[in-house]
This record gives sequence, C-alpha cells and structure tokens, in this order.
Amino acid sequence: MEIAIISGKGGTGKSSISAAFATLIGQPVVLADCDVDAANLHILFTPTHEEEQVYIAGQTAIIDYSICTHCGICMDYCRFDAIHSMDGKITISETSCDGCHLCARVCPHGAITMVDNDKSRMYSGAFRNGRMVYGRLAPGEENSGKLVNMVRDKAKAIAKDYNLENIIIDGPPGIGCAVISSITGTNHVVVVTEPTLSGLHDLKRALEIVEKFSLKAWVIINKYDLNDDMSRLIEQHCHEKGIPLAGKLPFNPSVVEAMVNLKSIIEWQPQSEFSRQIGAIWNTITQSK
Amino acid sequence: MISIDPIKIAIASGKGGTGKTLVATSLFYALQRERIEATLVDCDAEEPNVMSFFQGQLEKSAEVMQRVPVIDENKCTYCGKCHEYCNYKAIFILPPMKVIKVMEDLCHGCGACTVACEYGAIVEKDVSLGQVNQYAVSENSKIIESRMNVGVYSPVRVIKAAINESNNHRVVIMDSPPGTSCPFIQTVARADFVILVTEPTPFGLSDLKQSVETLKTMGKSCGVIINRAGLGNDAIYGYLHDQGIPLLLEIPFDREIASAYSKGKIVAAEKRYLQTLLLTVFNIIVKKYGNSHHQR
Repeated sequence: MEIAIISGKGGTGKSSISAAFATLIGQPVVLADCDVDAANLHILFTPTHEEEQVYIAGQTAIIDYSICTHCGICMDYCRFDAIHSMDGKITISETSCDGCHLCARVCPHGAITMVDNDKSRMYSGAFRNGRMVYGRLAPGEENSGKLVNMVRDKAKAIAKDYNLENIIIDGPPGIGCAVISSITGTNHVVVVTEPTLSGLHDLKRALEIVEKFSLKAWVIINKYDLNDDMSRLIEQHCHEKGIPLAGKLPFNPSVVEAMVNLKSIIEWQPQSEFSRQIGAIWNTITQSK
Repeated sequence: MISIDPIKIAIASGKGGTGKTLVATSLFYALQRERIEATLVDCDAEEPNVMSFFQGQLEKSAEVMQRVPVIDENKCTYCGKCHEYCNYKAIFILPPMKVIKVMEDLCHGCGACTVACEYGAIVEKDVSLGQVNQYAVSENSKIIESRMNVGVYSPVRVIKAAINESNNHRVVIMDSPPGTSCPFIQTVARADFVILVTEPTPFGLSDLKQSVETLKTMGKSCGVIINRAGLGNDAIYGYLHDQGIPLLLEIPFDREIASAYSKGKIVAAEKRYLQTLLLTVFNIIVKKYGNSHHQR
C-alpha cells in the first residue's frame, strides 16, 4: 500500500508526521522522501548509502564562442527570454534556459550544444525501521516530478524485494508537478494542515488536486488547538467536501524536541498520548475500506 | 511621501512554513505605515495567500498563457520530426498506425515542433496557466499576486509574469516560493538582496544551508531572520557565524504571534515592536543594496 503525505502549505508538520508513521513499532516500511527540493528525513534517519543514481534534470544550452558569429538567430527563436545580445555579444542565461534544444537546432553554424543537468541524485539504503529512498534535486533544477517518479519506482521495487507491505511517501509542499507525481496512483493521500487562514486556503487547493486525480483523501489537522475556530472551519470544509478527518493533533513542543534529538516523536516518546494518537490515525487510514 | 532608492528584496526560505509570508506581510505593512511607496509580489504561485492578509481593490488581472501545438491530421505525414525535436517528450507518435497526439501537460511551449514541421501541419493555441492580479491596497502600495491554475505542472511562467509586472515599481518585496528549485531561482534572480527566513531546528538548518549555497553560486547577497527563536536548538547560530552571514532579526516563538497569524492578522500590526525592527532592517538593506549605490 502506498500512502502519500502532502500539505499544500509548507511547515504544517508533514515530515514530522511522515517520520512518525515510518517508525510505528512492529512494522518495517519503505520510506520515500519525495520532497526532493528540500529532502529532510535522511537527517533524522541517517540511512546507509547503498545505492546512488544520477538523475538528469533536463538540459542547458551552451555557446561555443570560437564558432558563434553572434548573428542572433537563436535569440529570435528562444521563447524563454534566455538569450540576450549585449554590445553585439550573444549570451545564454543558465537560469532562464529551459533546455528545449531549439536554439541549438536553428543555429546555422552549429555553435550551440546541449549539456545534461546531471547534478541531481537519488539515494537508497537501510534505516532503522526498514528501507529508505530519497531524491536530491540540485539547486535551480526543474522537472522535479520526474525525480519523484524515479524515487517512487525505486521504492516500489524495494518493497517487492524486501517483502515490505507499506510505502510511506513524504511529498513536497505546493500543488505543482512534484506533488502530482507524489500522489498519482497511491492508495491514500493524507493532507496535513494547520488551523491558519493560509493553511485553510492551501488545503482547499491541495484537496482540489487530489480530487482531480480521483484519489482517496484524508485530512489531519495538526496543532489544532492553536486556533479552535479555524480548526472548526477546516472540519466544516472537509465535511462539506465529504473528505474524512483522520484525526486532530494538538500543538506539542516535544515534536521539535524529538527532531532536535534526531528522532521521530514515536521514538522519542513512545508511551505518550500524542504517539498513541498518531498510531490511531494510522490505523484509521490503513484499516479503512 | 518619502522617496527611497529603488530596491527589490526577496523573502525566501528553503523549508516551507518558516514564516516567509509572516515576514513579507509584516515588512510590507510597516512600509505602508511609513507611507513608503511599495509593492508586494506574491511569487508563491502554487499557494498564493498574501491577499488573505490585506483588503484591496483589484486593478488589473491578466491571464498568463502558454502556446501548445495543435496538429492538423489532414496535413500531417507522420514523419516524426516534431517528435524528434520535442525535448519534453510531449508528442506521442505511432506512424504505422497513423496516430499522433500532443500531451499538453508535458508541453513547455518552446515552439520547436512548429519549426520542425515541414508540412505546415502544426498551428498553436493558447492555454491558460494562471493569472497575475494587481491590487491597490492603499494610496501608494500595491500587491501583485501570481496564481497558478490547479493542475498546471510548473508555476515558473506565472511567477515570471508577476515579477515583470513589478519592473518599474520602486520598492518591491517578493514573497518567494519555498525550496531552491526553479521557482525560487526565478524569484531571487531579480532581487538585490534576499532575506532567508528559517527556524532553529535541524530541518530548518539543513534547508537554510542549501539556500545559502544556491545564493552563493548566483552571487546574491543574503541575510537571515530566525523565526520561532527559542524553539529548537542553537546549531544555526554557529553556522551563521562561521559563514559570516548577518543575522538580521530574531522573532521569538510566541503563542500570541502564532494565534494572530492563524486568524489572518498581520503580525506586525499586533506586535508594534516588529514594525520598528523590520524598518530598521529594511533601511540598512536599502542603504547598502539600494540602486543609487549599487549596480544591478
């Protein structure tokens, strides 16, 4: 079973909850950190580096100035505003280049080549409650959705090899391609929100995307007691949309304490009421039909 | 009205939810109170929520469009050149079956396929990616919001369009999207100075390091605001010290701040001391990085 945890808004506690789900006692899992833009779970779980794979995040155009005549034809074709002429010299902006290859194709002198953006990586190994896969997108790269797909494929292969039933996917914030890639085809999508106006706004957009792909959605209201009124509004929204509330968790400084000590809250305070509640939420989600 | 040197400041963070929007809205509010002409650009096109903190009059709204190919199957010879030219694998073709299909979700609108086609079988149509909305929030301050449509894959074009809209504005505060990938780069690339907002936790520090490294390679100057100070640990202070990165401000962890923010209130409006502190930080940044002293 694949369970994706997303949030819309960042900082709602998505990764802390993913870490908790990944360390519930007596059930080893595959943990896939798909927040490839800001992967964090390896900090808590220091997995072994058994495998490393290069991920090619598109291409960038490079000019060979020994050939370029600065005719400017490439500039006329570029739709990403990446090619400029300054004092008669043509330059390509690495940040704006989308890697479409068109400039290289139209250059009459063959002065432009495409190079692979090969700084991104995918790692996999063992962690203390199973196996872990995580991606690391190099700064400035796009196409993170494809790296997410690669991480998920790897996680599925590992689950089969090691005969592990559950894959926990820690997704990225937002609602863009990396989120879409993190949730498509999963059995459950858990949206972690917080009782703030921004939290509610972002939750609505996140639920729209889950709905668009006809997936089974759940909502967790984290830190619900920071604003009871807003929590009620969120509950009401879920109710109207027919989306089940998997549970509500109170604000708990121990969650940060656990993180500082590089543990999940389940590992840090296994006997606490809070940890019991997380276990109950997990059961609610996984035992539903 | 006070005149200030033109400056663009991006408020960013690697990790989401550290308080970027809290800082951006508070700084903008403080500038408003000082009657400084300013524009706040919400660059988090996937989840824009700056406007939920302000009341404003919608002045302008523009759709951000992208071109995607439409193939005329009567003219198409199934030669496959467009498929070969497409670097995004957005054109699916099965010549023996006479099947050709554009996968619009994968298309980046580069136009390579139209250049490739020798039979005039490809025309283009516009599809909407989102909107750029401009609001007047007071006499001399504006908010420009980028808002990507749900289901669109990349917010980059919408973000770019929003930033372009602010080109001629004097003082521009940009609320950046989280992370360090393309949307972040597009935002900070236009900034004279970047304020990184973080929290003193292992996740916060790890993401801060990644943001700092990225900004270094781009040659961008930055400073750090630590939010929820007191929660977590001290590792971040050592890092800032070692790297020589200025700590601009600390905002203490305070349930009242969390509660005010949760209700959609601007924190600086509730906590007056934050206005004063943010203005001080702002003035130092303008002095050093504003555009009468500093070439962009």
